[in-house]
Amino acid sequence: MTVETAEVRDAPRAKSAATKIRRAQQDPAWLRWSLTGLAVAVVGVLIVLPVANVFAGALAEGAAVYWKNLVDDPDTRHAIGLTLTVVPIAVTANVVFGVAAAWAIARFSFPGRTLLTALIDLPFSVSPVVAGLMFVLIFGLQGYFGAFLRRDGYAIMPYLVAALLVLLLAVAYFVFRPSHPRARRGLWKTPPLGLAFVFATVFVLLVLGQQAFEVWPANKSLKIIFATPGLVLATAFVTFPFVARELIPVMNAIGADEELAALSLGANGWQMFWHVTVPNVKWGLVYGIILCNARAMGEFGAVYVVSGHIAGETDTMPLRIEKLFQEYNMPGSFAVASVLTLLAILTLVVKRKLEDRIPQSEQGRRTGAHP
Amino acid sequence: MSIRIQGVSKNFGSFRALDEVSLDVPSGSLLALLGPSGSGKTTLLRIIAGLEVADRGTVLHHDENITDYEARDRKVGFVFQHYALFRHMTIAENIGYGLRVRGVSKQERQTRVDELLKLIRLEGLGSRYPAQLSGGQRQRVALARALAARPNVLLLDEPFGALDAKVRTELRQWLRKLHEEIQVTSVFVTHDQEEAFEVADHVVIMNEGRIEQVGTPAEVFERPANAFVMDFLGNVNVFHGRVERGRAVVSGLSVAYPDYQHPEGRDAAVYVRPHELEVEPTPTEAGSLAAKVLHVNPTGSRTKVELRALDSNQLINVELTPERFAELGLKSGDIVHVSPRRVRVFVPDYEI
Amino acid sequence: MASVNRKVLPGFSLTLGYTVFYLGLLVLLPITAVFVKAGSLSLHDFWGAVWTERARAAYLLTFGTSFVAALVNVLLGGLIAWVLTRYTFPGKRIIDALVDLPLALPTAVGGLVYASLYVENGWLGRFLVPLGIRGAYTRLGIVLVLVFVGLPFVVRTVQPVLADIDPEAEEASSSLGATRWQTFAFVILPTLFPALITGFALAFARSIGEYGSVVFISGNMPFKTEIAPILIVARLEEFAYGEATAIAVVLLVISFSMLLVINFLESWSRRHDR
Repeated sequence: MTVETAEVRDAPRAKSAATKIRRAQQDPAWLRWSLTGLAVAVVGVLIVLPVANVFAGALAEGAAVYWKNLVDDPDTRHAIGLTLTVVPIAVTANVVFGVAAAWAIARFSFPGRTLLTALIDLPFSVSPVVAGLMFVLIFGLQGYFGAFLRRDGYAIMPYLVAALLVLLLAVAYFVFRPSHPRARRGLWKTPPLGLAFVFATVFVLLVLGQQAFEVWPANKSLKIIFATPGLVLATAFVTFPFVARELIPVMNAIGADEELAALSLGANGWQMFWHVTVPNVKWGLVYGIILCNARAMGEFGAVYVVSGHIAGETDTMPLRIEKLFQEYNMPGSFAVASVLTLLAILTLVVKRKLEDRIPQSEQGRRTGAHP
Repeated sequence: MSIRIQGVSKNFGSFRALDEVSLDVPSGSLLALLGPSGSGKTTLLRIIAGLEVADRGTVLHHDENITDYEARDRKVGFVFQHYALFRHMTIAENIGYGLRVRGVSKQERQTRVDELLKLIRLEGLGSRYPAQLSGGQRQRVALARALAARPNVLLLDEPFGALDAKVRTELRQWLRKLHEEIQVTSVFVTHDQEEAFEVADHVVIMNEGRIEQVGTPAEVFERPANAFVMDFLGNVNVFHGRVERGRAVVSGLSVAYPDYQHPEGRDAAVYVRPHELEVEPTPTEAGSLAAKVLHVNPTGSRTKVELRALDSNQLINVELTPERFAELGLKSGDIVHVSPRRVRVFVPDYEI
Repeated sequence: MASVNRKVLPGFSLTLGYTVFYLGLLVLLPITAVFVKAGSLSLHDFWGAVWTERARAAYLLTFGTSFVAALVNVLLGGLIAWVLTRYTFPGKRIIDALVDLPLALPTAVGGLVYASLYVENGWLGRFLVPLGIRGAYTRLGIVLVLVFVGLPFVVRTVQPVLADIDPEAEEASSSLGATRWQTFAFVILPTLFPALITGFALAFARSIGEYGSVVFISGNMPFKTEIAPILIVARLEEFAYGEATAIAVVLLVISFSMLLVINFLESWSRRHDR
């Protein structure tokens, strides 16, 4: 709106409109300075002071104690390691999903697209505690799959592995499928049938393999809740929308022209994706990953419910903070908190740097705020 | 209510938007500020309205110095290029806004709003929102809103800029008529000379932050003060020639130019409007330029002929009446002889 | 919006298929599980779980503190957004960046540090506690962390709208005779109002589900400082899955209604636009 106005106008006005507040919008100096002072004070008390307090609390007993709290406590060390295991898996899963969802939603129209977009945001409006509860209800001891998982949990592995393999095969299918319709023969013509066939084959092979060689332990309990898989599931749920939500507007803003150009120049889908799509959306993708990662590292409620907080086993860093807090080990608690705070500050810095590089479809879309 | 502007200057950073501009707008007149982009015309209008502050100079309304007045105290009605209608208010609320903030009673406001809705011929649309109106309707609402509090001065920034051609012509005539009815001193900004000439009774031509000429449309068109005005107001052929002893000479063609009687010759630019060139099939006694017909465009009220001078290869645009064109029976490739009925010569300033 | 024919660009069925599959497995299935579990309770059991005195106190506290916090956020967030878009001052960029910190900072860290700031010997508590203002282990503490958590939502919703206000609207108002205050009340505030409401709703929705920060500062005393998510966890720790699920369903229904309200508000706020 404003940009359009400025272009039509005389050149000097356009310049002034972009850089300065116009005369009719100016407030008197006393009001300006008192409001500014108030706003700075609010940010100071609500945000700056707490951050300063984290580091002050962490270093209260000196740098040596700080270091000892972080490195010498085996449970804290384990918590750091667990966070560094859980978060990359959850984030990677959401990146793959985010790219796929953004491609489908931003490039094609299909019935239910609006609904799908709305459903992607759903996890933002679920209380983390409730999110954790969901997985307990499904995989917990008294949950729907609880009894089965406890009796013969690894029996699901053939399905899981077959599904993963088929997913890879599906990608490969699109990579290697001849682009010219006439060159597509046999199974190339009917992709769903081909994939179903492949799935069936892989699955049968895996089941037979399991029966013959016991690839996975039989009649053994598979722990999901109160174990790492549960942590991954809960974290992935909570951070589910971030990447897709950032990528969709970016892809919309860029448009499909360059991708169509690549195709018309003879690129196949795979080449188009890596040569055109990824370079175009990379900063938006990084932005989404950064936000997703920050939330995943810091997730508390959902993880709290599924972890069972067993020190040295299922405590992630935020859970470790709480554990130490309950044990009145304030310097230890603050030490872990300081690491996460540094990470948050780093996230903010990178986020700021990225914001100038991301194409935007509408002004102010990039609020960074999610319900 | 007259407006007097004295020595107004305004810079935006290093850009000089207005340079010592002085101007009188007589009470009740309808004046156009005409000029190319960046000529400072909108800045001048905004300074009159109090939306911008001049670095130097004074603005007087009817001998009252209002230079330091806030926009709200100036009693001006300003019509914005993109109307700036309040989108969350209905048309009636928009029009009545200037009265509301001045504490006018609801009843009185209603009467005035109805009156204005009638004036802009939008009776019955008072409860609509701006988004529900067409561009031309919004333009009229913006005007009514500016007029509601009976301003001393009405200022319009490119009032027809955002409208399509047909609506624009209608609104121009309507504005002209409206001004005759209400007689409020009005200034509008435009970059379209046709618009300025059709609507305004005085035209101010601006360029690079300065006023080049002030006058009625006829005055500025017939007697442009300088080369810029001549060039800016419509098509013109420019010949490079010399002036001496009361004559101007272009490619051996000599025309009377009594303004320059000095015996020492000087280079000068000679301007001839396309409709002031005569075309003959044969050379004339008074002297003429031989030229070849390149292209003929017989559409419109005048036939446009594009020629190339045989000796200098210069392109010449000529406009003929359709009758004259039929008489000559021109077609591409013909050789014709061109002579000016009237020329304007602008000699660089420093001799004055 | 670029919508290309499925025959022109590749990957439609693959990406859409995977999207629906992953969404279904990770999001829709678990949500369904909660409702199915709640549906397996008898009406009596369900009501008995969600309408105990303790649960009612928890709902009231959750909504009360969330409401107050969101209201405070509208005031403070509106102020910060105004200052950041309208004024220039040294350090503005840093302040602008810091507003996002509550989104990036783990809620547990926020809760931990707020609790330690407002206890009797904390940085702020040592001045406030003698005045009778106890920020830790009280309802005030819950409001404080919820203000912290919700602040970016209001600022980031209001800021772009404020920046997008056509300067000509303010100029028009001013040239029509309005004072600065009248312009603010009649032109700016109505334009900002939908964004303020949306910001309020976002902050409110976020606060209702908040757990990580509150658990540190509230003290979690039933009937006094126990919010609904904490009650769910308490029930879970008693292995009372049915009761926990019932309360979770109440929270879910409220959250989803909030989502609908937010969407409605967003379309409502654009009603005068083309």
